Amino acid sequence: MGNAALQVRDRLEGFLKPVDHATSEIELAVDGIRCAGCIATIEREMAALPGVVRARLNFTDRRLRVAFRSSEASPSQVIGRLSDLGFTAHPFSPVRKDDAADVEQRRLVRALGVAGFAAMNIMLLSVVVWAGHETGLDAVSRTFFHWVSALIALPTAAYSGRVFFDSAIGALKRGRINMDVPISLGIMLALGMSVVEALNHGEHAYFDGAVMLIFFLLIGRVLDQAMQSRTRAVAANLAALRAESVVKRFPDGGVREIAIDMAEPGDLIVVQPGMRIGLDGVVEQGSSDLDQSLVTGETAHHAVRPGDHVFAGTMNLSGLLSVRVLKPHTGTLLADVERLLAKATEARGDYVKLADRAAQLYAPFVHTAALLTFLGWLAWGLPWSEALVIAITVLIITCPCALGLAIPAVQVVAAGALFRVGVLTNAGDALERLAAVDAAVLDKTGTLTLPSTVIANLGDLPPDLVQRAARLALASRHPLAAPLAALAKDAEPHATARERPGEGVSACDHGKVLKLGSAAFCDAETEAAGLATAYPDASFVAFTDGDAKAVFAIRQPLRADAADAVASLRDLGLSLEIVSGDRSLPVEAAARQLGVARWQAGATPAGKVERLEALKAEGRQVLMIGDGINDAPALAAAHVSMAPISATHMAQAQADFLLLGQRLRPAAQAVVIARKARALMMQNLWFSVIYNIVAVPIAISGHATPLVAALAMSGSSLAVMLNALRARGDGGPKVGAQTP
Amino acid sequence: MNVLVYLMPLALGLGGLGLAAFLWAMRSGQFEDLDGAAWRGINEQDDDAPK
Repeated sequence: MGNAALQVRDRLEGFLKPVDHATSEIELAVDGIRCAGCIATIEREMAALPGVVRARLNFTDRRLRVAFRSSEASPSQVIGRLSDLGFTAHPFSPVRKDDAADVEQRRLVRALGVAGFAAMNIMLLSVVVWAGHETGLDAVSRTFFHWVSALIALPTAAYSGRVFFDSAIGALKRGRINMDVPISLGIMLALGMSVVEALNHGEHAYFDGAVMLIFFLLIGRVLDQAMQSRTRAVAANLAALRAESVVKRFPDGGVREIAIDMAEPGDLIVVQPGMRIGLDGVVEQGSSDLDQSLVTGETAHHAVRPGDHVFAGTMNLSGLLSVRVLKPHTGTLLADVERLLAKATEARGDYVKLADRAAQLYAPFVHTAALLTFLGWLAWGLPWSEALVIAITVLIITCPCALGLAIPAVQVVAAGALFRVGVLTNAGDALERLAAVDAAVLDKTGTLTLPSTVIANLGDLPPDLVQRAARLALASRHPLAAPLAALAKDAEPHATARERPGEGVSACDHGKVLKLGSAAFCDAETEAAGLATAYPDASFVAFTDGDAKAVFAIRQPLRADAADAVASLRDLGLSLEIVSGDRSLPVEAAARQLGVARWQAGATPAGKVERLEALKAEGRQVLMIGDGINDAPALAAAHVSMAPISATHMAQAQADFLLLGQRLRPAAQAVVIARKARALMMQNLWFSVIYNIVAVPIAISGHATPLVAALAMSGSSLAVMLNALRARGDGGPKVGAQTP
Repeated sequence: MNVLVYLMPLALGLGGLGLAAFLWAMRSGQFEDLDGAAWRGINEQDDDAPK
């Protein structure tokens, strides 16, 4: 298969980054790294490969960079060696958008570093000035210290403060107010007033307060970014590990594998039995049965002929198909899904984030308080300049330092806790939405059940017959043969085996004819019909060896911890129901097994959204867990949504959380963590309110000095951050304790 | 008070040195693999491989 090896190499060539004329580098997403020992193993083994110049594993985002001399080594050798070691690796091509986010994160950290440096130095000078109030520092020295502070503070504000100014200007342009508007106003006024104070040889300058404000608030921004960049890194690795590709037939007759995002509408792709159809299109040649469970939730197979539409994500079961691509891989042809999706996304838009709600309440309150202070002191008979200084002090001291940290600090700690239990957070505000849920709607196929198949009636069949069938199954590419082939002990397929598309495989063994395939192909229809009542949700594969016959009931099993997860969710006070696109028999069977009383079968994508709307109308906040394209609109319409990692692109894009691994129970743990996180967010917000209740009267009465402002601001920010750390405790034991 | 003339620039210079070191560390990728760095310290064999 020299030809095939060449193709693979061609495909990987696009991922190489030239270092110099003889050396190139490739970045790989590596799966299966569990422990720190893997770092040493992988790096040592890679370095031992001939031609490898350098190998460095990034343990945080599970990526390996290997540089090698192009003449001596190839990327396929590197990947091959990794797979010998037991690691799956796929080349990783960073998307442009990631780079932009990376640049943004670096800018934020640099701004934070500069602000930290400035805050420390100005604080040093300020301490001198404050001490000078007691010890009698002369006015000339004080003014000198003020000017040095100004020299540091003004450039810092111009550099680090831009993060807030830009965002505030953006919001004002759109006629809205976000938290950055009062922040920017506070910073500007503090600096402006301090410069005037320094010019007049005054006593009180707020340079330290302004810079400290920038420093603490930037910590919040950096935390926020760090959470998002972690999600992006994991998501990019997953995309690389899926390594989705399609086989394209070129106009010159050649057939070659290309990355899925290289395919264009109008291309002709070839789909062999056992492969997933990568893109939406129309069948040009061939006929086959398709497993559409990822698209519709329906587990029964669906026959297609030339001219039929096929959808990305469906599994080709029996025949070779040539498909004319209609849409690039981002879209899907299920027009109603697309329309529903747009509508559902709009409907969710009315949710206002906790932080924005706080900002909307906060800004008018503070600005009114400052205005009233100014007018009040004016009426009292103070000169306008002094009244203005007091009013500005009110704005400085109420600047939402703690408020700005209250939510992002908790979000980032909670997202870390979620990651440890195997849940990836897609959206920052998803936590507060998840905390509010009181109902859950579950999809069946692929969500409650595993995407892979098992043989349900294996225990009822004679082991030697199973072994003979398993050996024959090795020769089949049909997905239904896969669980059987996995049982084969001697891995030697029959030399005489021949596969007939749509029917099955047959082989001659010592003059006997062995057959494995559909019940009709093996004359085992009566046996299959007998099993159909016992296993309503199964597909059947028959085997004949002379007179001996066996029928295997093959189905998607429930996830091992599905019952556990369902029980945990119920214990958390959620009312549960299953809404599936599958037939009612299998749905009922799953619902009974899990003890879920409410279920609905044969639901269309629109039907799922309708059910969610009905629950919403009852005043419920619904969590939707689903994986298929048919679930995508429901995922977007639900108050909050989750998808298993095996889900389709479309479902993953809509989901707020991704469940990593095969377990479902992290869904329940996520609810516990989210509730705790929300409680902490509320505590932090209340703390900020209480802080203002104490600080504002001091400022209004004119007693707030820069020293008071510095103590109050740093104290409240630290308190809020320390409180956020309490979100670390994982939700595992709590849920576990409630389930047997 | 004359002492301020050289003490102030000295203090700011030292602070600036710290800032420069931080920016250098960031640019050269010292913060890119925080989890890995924690584990590499306790690896048994000498970590001389990455060149």
